[in-house]
Amino acid sequence: MKRVRVSQQEIVFAVFAALFLTFSVFLNGFLSADNMLTLLQNVAVLGILGLAMAIVVIGRGIDLSLIAALAVPAGLVLQMVQNGHSLPASLLAAGLLAIAVGLVNGWLIAYAEVPPLFATLATGLFVAGLGQAALFQLDVVQWSDGMAGFERLGQGSILGIPTSIVMFAIACVVVFVLLRQTRWGAYIYAIGDNPFAARVTGIPSRPIIVLQYVLAALIGCFAGLVLAASVNSMPTRIFNSTLIYDVILVVVLGGIGLSGGRGGVVNVIIGTLLIGTMLNGMTILNIPYAGQNLIKGLVLLIAVVTDTLLNPRNEETAQQGDI
Amino acid sequence: MASVHKFALGSIAALALSAVAAPALAQQGLDEPFQKPFREALAGKTVAYVPVAMNFDLTEGWYAGLKKELEPYGVKFVIRDPNWNTNAGAQAVTSLISEKPAVMVIHNPDVQTYAKLLQRAENEGIYVIQINMGSAYRSSAFVGANWIEIGERQTEGVVKACQGKSNKIAIIQGALSAAASAYTLKGVENVLAKHPEIKVVSSQAADWDAAKAKAITQTVLKQNPDLCGIVGFWDGMDIGTAAAIKEAGLTGKVFLATSGGGERKGACELVKNGSFDLDMSYDVPTQAAQMAGTIKWLLSSGVKAGSVKGSEYTTLIPITKENADSQMSCWNLSDLKK
Repeated sequence: MKRVRVSQQEIVFAVFAALFLTFSVFLNGFLSADNMLTLLQNVAVLGILGLAMAIVVIGRGIDLSLIAALAVPAGLVLQMVQNGHSLPASLLAAGLLAIAVGLVNGWLIAYAEVPPLFATLATGLFVAGLGQAALFQLDVVQWSDGMAGFERLGQGSILGIPTSIVMFAIACVVVFVLLRQTRWGAYIYAIGDNPFAARVTGIPSRPIIVLQYVLAALIGCFAGLVLAASVNSMPTRIFNSTLIYDVILVVVLGGIGLSGGRGGVVNVIIGTLLIGTMLNGMTILNIPYAGQNLIKGLVLLIAVVTDTLLNPRNEETAQQGDI
Repeated sequence: MASVHKFALGSIAALALSAVAAPALAQQGLDEPFQKPFREALAGKTVAYVPVAMNFDLTEGWYAGLKKELEPYGVKFVIRDPNWNTNAGAQAVTSLISEKPAVMVIHNPDVQTYAKLLQRAENEGIYVIQINMGSAYRSSAFVGANWIEIGERQTEGVVKACQGKSNKIAIIQGALSAAASAYTLKGVENVLAKHPEIKVVSSQAADWDAAKAKAITQTVLKQNPDLCGIVGFWDGMDIGTAAAIKEAGLTGKVFLATSGGGERKGACELVKNGSFDLDMSYDVPTQAAQMAGTIKWLLSSGVKAGSVKGSEYTTLIPITKENADSQMSCWNLSDLKK
């Protein structure tokens, strides 16, 4: 029996190419260098979050607390500076908070063996609640004078390229090196591919799982700082938005199977580009918000179904880590 | 003149004389007959407050203002925070009805959800004051902004700034499900109907989200670099719109009109630094004072709940460069809480 093997990644890339071509031909002003940069800039934060999610999903997990890790530490920085603390001290506090979130997630999943879906759902709610109840005066934390200069993390440009794109590129390189060049990265793939086999071969799977979630939280915190810098404030209520679905959309669409062990940075970039092209094209076309959600939902559905068809679950992969 | 003087002197002397002559009368105060029933009507009463969520400038400001006005009279406060969850809000209102507070201060998430519940509350004898977002049921009082007027005045500002320019404008709406956003849009449409020369190149919902507003604005500005104005629906979200304008190097060229509660960091300072050109403020402390005044009146009047119905639409403060420095234009949450 002959089967044409097309990976999800290739399908999505084909969809992206088709969309891109259609928009370029039919949409005035789409294919300008300026608009391309805007397109990328608009999805840079989403892409950074996609990288964080990718690390976790490759290791056969999922991190729903990612948006809380984006909103709360970055909000804390703005709030602390507003209250008169110095910027470095505030950044340190935010970093520690992000690490704590990752450690708790990792401990719950690796040692207490709580399914990642529930563990991260709970920690996400907890951290967002902590922010609202104890850390922030208002949901939108405003920029203050003490933050002067820090907005360059998300605004302006470096060598003509908007800074947020540069930040996404840096994050891509770091995550790529981690996943492909270090032993830790290889362990993450091994655990995602088959956690039992990984454990039997002597891979320290529990600490590696903790590491995944700590990294995800730290990258989330970085994304939050870029976001805050780019809009000059931290809307911490973003936790209640549908951003987490967009992040999962990027990862799944890019071809990182939810059953773990597959995919990498390239997949995140492809997924991000597709979302970016869709959003940008729909904005230029002035499609109403409800229509945009409909189209996004439809694309996610198609991607998930394709994923199931191309990477069918067998007894071996369906036992653990399923969500 | 002289006779007037003499008369005045004479009467003062006469007054002084009578005061000396009748000391007993002067030491006895005069009872004001209405203050005691007023104090009794307020003391120990419960006011329940159900905003759509706490933790943002409007709802925190109203709460602080109400407490400041009413707590000295012995009014107790109950607060139910549904945190943007309409269902939780409806449950909170339902359970409050059985707890029978004297007054409910309700911030509706939409026009329909609470309407029937509020009617039931007034039938049970609870005064209902709806704030900033009304429902389909008209209760004892509505205190809040007139969204249609906000939309109209913002758009008038933008249309005026566009005179002699490209006449291309963009609209950044809030969340589609929010009635405040839909009402504001109606106001925008009202003005645009009178100005056929204005072309709306983009009208998108950014979900009250600054990042989304920025993304939309960036794309729109790249497509239409000659855009002359933007009507934004909330200053908390339009920080993102302003950031996009600034990054495109178009500050001062694209007129940005927005609206909000007038909190200093979120409104006046952003007008001062050029982020916003016009911020229609519905001045939260004044709204809070009006709510408190209405509560005092209702409780002391003893009218049957639901038998009188009235509205107090907020007089808007247009914040521009001219008045952004004034102490009266904006307010600080921290000061209001003191």
